[in-house]
Amino acid sequence: MQKRVGFDRWALPYLLVLPQLAVTLVFFIWPASEALWQSMLRQDPFGLSTEFVWFENFVELFHDPAYLHSFGRTIVFSASTTFLSMVVSLLMAVAADRVMRGANTYKTLLIWPYAVAPAIAGVLWWFIFNPSIGIVAYALSVLGVDWNHYNNGAQAMLLVVIAAAWKQISYNFIFFLAGLQAIPRSLIEAAAIDAAGPVKRFWTVVFPLLSPTTFFLLVINVVYSFFETFGIVHATTSGGPAAATEILVYKVYKDGFIGLDLGSSAAQSVILMAIVISLTVVQFRYIERRVAY
Amino acid sequence: MAELHLNGVRKVYAGGVEAIRGVDLEAEDGEFVVIVGPSGCGKSTLLRMVAGLERTSEGEIRIGERVVNDLEPAQRDIAMVFQNYALYPHMSVFRNMAYGLNNQGRPKEEILERVQRAARMLQLEGLLERKPRQLSGGQRQRVAMGRALVRDPKVFLFDEPLSNLDAKLRVQMRVEIKALQRGLGTTAMYVTHDQVEAMTLADRLVVMNGGVAEQIGRPLDIYQRPATRFVAGFIGSPSMNFLTAAVAADGRSLELPGELRVPLSARAGPTAGRQVTVGVRPEHLHLSPGSGPRLTLSVGLIELLGAETVVYGHPAGHEEAVTLRVQGVPEVTEGQDLELGLDPAHVHLFDARTGRSLSHPDDGGAV
Ligand SMILES: Nc1ncnc2c1ncn2[C@@H]1O[C@H](COP(=O)(O)OP(=O)(O)OP(=O)(O)O)[C@@H](O)[C@H]1O
Ligand SMILES: [Mg+2]
Repeated sequence: MQKRVGFDRWALPYLLVLPQLAVTLVFFIWPASEALWQSMLRQDPFGLSTEFVWFENFVELFHDPAYLHSFGRTIVFSASTTFLSMVVSLLMAVAADRVMRGANTYKTLLIWPYAVAPAIAGVLWWFIFNPSIGIVAYALSVLGVDWNHYNNGAQAMLLVVIAAAWKQISYNFIFFLAGLQAIPRSLIEAAAIDAAGPVKRFWTVVFPLLSPTTFFLLVINVVYSFFETFGIVHATTSGGPAAATEILVYKVYKDGFIGLDLGSSAAQSVILMAIVISLTVVQFRYIERRVAY
Repeated sequence: MAELHLNGVRKVYAGGVEAIRGVDLEAEDGEFVVIVGPSGCGKSTLLRMVAGLERTSEGEIRIGERVVNDLEPAQRDIAMVFQNYALYPHMSVFRNMAYGLNNQGRPKEEILERVQRAARMLQLEGLLERKPRQLSGGQRQRVAMGRALVRDPKVFLFDEPLSNLDAKLRVQMRVEIKALQRGLGTTAMYVTHDQVEAMTLADRLVVMNGGVAEQIGRPLDIYQRPATRFVAGFIGSPSMNFLTAAVAADGRSLELPGELRVPLSARAGPTAGRQVTVGVRPEHLHLSPGSGPRLTLSVGLIELLGAETVVYGHPAGHEEAVTLRVQGVPEVTEGQDLELGLDPAHVHLFDARTGRSLSHPDDGGAV
């Protein structure tokens, strides 16, 4: 007979998950419900009276051109960032996959930029593109491009997109590389024998087999560009010029902490929360179905 | 359809591993060449060099009239069946088979016709719309074969294509592969470590060891006249028995421990006193000793296989174990002493130091 190993008292399992539960409660459930509550309140400008207004904050938001503008900017920003970071990292991963299989130091080096906090990444790009002292701004002016993201909205958007994408590239790279290395070598070899050139091989064999990774990264990158890019925008453009880079997360901060319109800010964060939850659901459903081929 | 020539082919991997140390091989048009050898001897490397998946470090590979050393795999007009089949998992069976033809830019009707013909040959007709993961192992194997067939290449290359199948299916597919290759008349190069596959499939058998072809020849010739001790031990199951011996002072007979003397034929003339290895196949030891030399065996394990029986034992005065193979079910019990007859005509002699055959010194490949 095998001796049964188990918990002899009912309290132990609860004790073991308690820290995690506490963290979730204090840092997620509580603030989230607070935000939900706040989003249905409205304060007068002097903070003297508070009124329960049901969904009026939300209704107002969707009639506010500034908010809709911010939504549009976010979509442009998110799509560009995701596209840029995924394309660049896929290119790099394919190149790396060709030259090395199993050289680990190189891989670890490439994850370094990811460790750099987004804010630092923002400051870095701020310096590089600074119209008066930045090296890239200088190089561009030599090439005849007048770089000034302080008054050119398109350039400002480009700057935050590059900065945000740059930070995400190394993360995507690791996943793409792992995905590429998981493709059996013999498949590529079979395709080579089947008269498919490198480009054709990539699009007809490698890329379809990489699609689970690509989809996973797509969701991750959209979530990232929606929610984790506050630091970059704050340090680089502060949402300007003329709200050209005022993406949703930044507007939450601006309306709440600068504008002190707590009700609207809370409603905005509830909308963001809904977006992230639906993205997560999409991802889980997809992952449950697993691979598409 | 084409001949295949390998001339002084060598392969040194980055990092200095010398996987192939000079192989010469010729296969005539339509011949079935089987490469057999222990794990790590360089079989796959050799095949992959012919396929163009590995660069050839030295020497020349010729398919038909063309030297292919510097050609891409696609330009060599070969088709390969991989051990894990390497089917494209996201494509249907049809698209798997059509992929190569599509890439060659063949017209649609031709592709359709060729794939359907191959599917008919391989009994895959009902499965063309399935994905590889919806197939059994044997069906996948057929699809891999089909993908090679439709290309109508100059040379088929197989790298242990049957090793993932169960024993019964393996026998069935072996027969089918041979029949298909015969029917098409396409030159084939086949890597295996299964000697039954090697013996049954090969028109020409290459026994490799440590990056060299120890012997190249017809399967039966190799079986009957192994050129080295390695080949003698590798081909044949159960393996050949080896006993150490010395040539007697008169140079006419062998002296083995246990007072055993075996007369030497005049043809093999090792010098007196020389150390040699005596090789006898398990089926060349008899239970009913005649007038010839005898060996006393103390019987150990007995394996009853029905049609034949394999007896393991220790001969008196010898270090080495000896295996005996007899037809049917003999009356032998464990622990018993058996008198075995040894037919001098079936004794193989090998140089104890180099392992080269002294009985058939003129056979075999480059060593
Ligand atoms: N890419 C490589 N780089 C370095 N050495 C290699 C490489 N591939 C194979 N080798 C070495 O070359 C030798 C021959 O390998 P190969 O794969 O040809 O053996 P094999 O005869 O096919 O063995 P198996 O029966 O196990 O498949 C081995 O010693 C192996 O370690
Ligand atoms: Mg191999």
